Amino acid sequence: MDRSEAVTGTGAPHWSERYELVVGLEVHAQLRTHSKAYSSDANAYGDHPNTNVSVVSLGHPGTLPVLNRAVVDHAIRLGLATGCTIAERMHFARKNYFYPDLPKGYQITQDSTPICTGGHVMIPVDGGEKRIGITRIHMEEDAGKSIHDVDPFHTLVDLNRAGVPLVEIVSEPDIRSGQEAYDYLVEVRRLVRHLDICDGNMEEGSLRCDANISVRPRGSDRFGTRCEVKNLNSFRNVMRAIEHEAQRQSEVLDAGGTVHMETRTFDAARGVTAGLRSKELAHDYRYFPEPDLAPLRVTPQHLERVRAAMPPLPRELRARYTGQLGLSAYDAGVLTDDKATALYFEAVLASCPNTKAAANWMMGDVRAWCNAQGRAMEDFPLPPARIAELIALIDAGAVSHSTASQRLFPLMLEQPGTPPQELAQRHDLLQQRDDGAVEAAMREAMARYPDKVQAYRQGNKGLLGLFMGEVMKATKGKADPRQANAVVRALLEQDTTS
Amino acid sequence: MKLDDAALDRIAELARLDFSDPDRRAAVLRDMERVLAFVEQLNTVDTRGVEPLVFMTEEENVLRDDVALPGVSKQDALRNAPVKDSDYFKVPRVVDKG
Repeated sequence: MDRSEAVTGTGAPHWSERYELVVGLEVHAQLRTHSKAYSSDANAYGDHPNTNVSVVSLGHPGTLPVLNRAVVDHAIRLGLATGCTIAERMHFARKNYFYPDLPKGYQITQDSTPICTGGHVMIPVDGGEKRIGITRIHMEEDAGKSIHDVDPFHTLVDLNRAGVPLVEIVSEPDIRSGQEAYDYLVEVRRLVRHLDICDGNMEEGSLRCDANISVRPRGSDRFGTRCEVKNLNSFRNVMRAIEHEAQRQSEVLDAGGTVHMETRTFDAARGVTAGLRSKELAHDYRYFPEPDLAPLRVTPQHLERVRAAMPPLPRELRARYTGQLGLSAYDAGVLTDDKATALYFEAVLASCPNTKAAANWMMGDVRAWCNAQGRAMEDFPLPPARIAELIALIDAGAVSHSTASQRLFPLMLEQPGTPPQELAQRHDLLQQRDDGAVEAAMREAMARYPDKVQAYRQGNKGLLGLFMGEVMKATKGKADPRQANAVVRALLEQDTTS
Repeated sequence: MKLDDAALDRIAELARLDFSDPDRRAAVLRDMERVLAFVEQLNTVDTRGVEPLVFMTEEENVLRDDVALPGVSKQDALRNAPVKDSDYFKVPRVVDKG
């Protein structure tokens, strides 16, 4: 990150020389489901206001919530992926507060019995990994959307989002810098996307973050008083808010003051946090068990069913690629960086025994296409089996690697439905296995350049390249280079008396 | 059980109710104390060693498949709102809770 913006303009020493930053993050992830958490109205972003609503999400009297099965499965997926303990028995709770976008007057959430507890996420740090603990993950529902800046006298309320399922992921206070917070969020987003439980889109609000931030003098083992910063709508703003808040708190302590526990918002335009008026914070949520939802029990069979349907995790894949497949850490990292790439590579491997070649094609031509087109792996036109077929064709010696890469691969991209074998045939790209054609071409070349033949035989071995070039030209590049090389060499080194 | 003024103010605020009128205030205070006294009888029961009973039925895992169904139309949804436009509920301006 840009260090300069965290430094005071006065030239004073950076706060981090005297204080240690302690951060815990609360991430809300909107779950990808068809319907809402406790009712069947659609869970869809961007629809016309108040069109995805039901009597339950509108909070009409006499209506009853019914829990969505997919919400439980999604939460279990995330819990298993983060090494959490999955609760066997749990219930929901009401969190009571009044706000116009919460028609029932309470949020149905989990309080004393979260579905997942005690897991962790690994983030990269200099030359290794750091473990960030997960305190808990619980299921809950989103509120509707309030719009404050359209009507000067009213707040407008859209309840499409009311009741959309969320998981709240609460980290341990293990984060020690803005960069670590950023890396943690990147990892969480990668995980929820990989598990297909959330689209991870922070701009659309499907991933949201609150940060609990405190500082303590270096060497102290007690936590300082924390402030909660809300309204963090991008990974970068999370990092900026943390850095700013750490500096603010350090300055308060340096001046002999005390940090008050409070909720603050981040003003992204000015890059500063500001306290909310205390009246708005006079909350007392009066949690109590939600009587309208039956308690939930997760059986071992249920856990197994969810576990069996989970995709292999990026960490597991990386370990297998660097171990079993012998790929470099860098290659393994790139191949597992996004889910589409990882799944594609897995699918190629399923029908391709040449894992090294599969990795090389992924890291080379396939990636080059994505970069050149500015497209994601999801948009790559070829089915994975085509790459496996292409590799098989090369390994069988039917096409040379360079022909495959330069000519056949582009043709395949244009006609993804046609097998490479057929395309190679149609475009006359199959290698000539026939020594006769190579030999004829070579004899012709030798007749054309008798002086070069002479020079070669007198020791100028570098001229081999010239004859190879002639042969490849004469065979229109279809000769198998290795085979042609052998023929060319043999003819040049033949008995000079012939 | 005696309920003091501060507790009543707090409850009123949380419930968004107004007990500023002295007569009403005295009446509500009286009623609430009677309610509390009634419930307090439960304190006479010895519950040592008894598991808290949270749910009244034995039912578990009442779940619904994840299928989206048409809910209430926008027109119907907005029908009961005292203030609205063609798309939104309108409420007195509230500050952004952030």
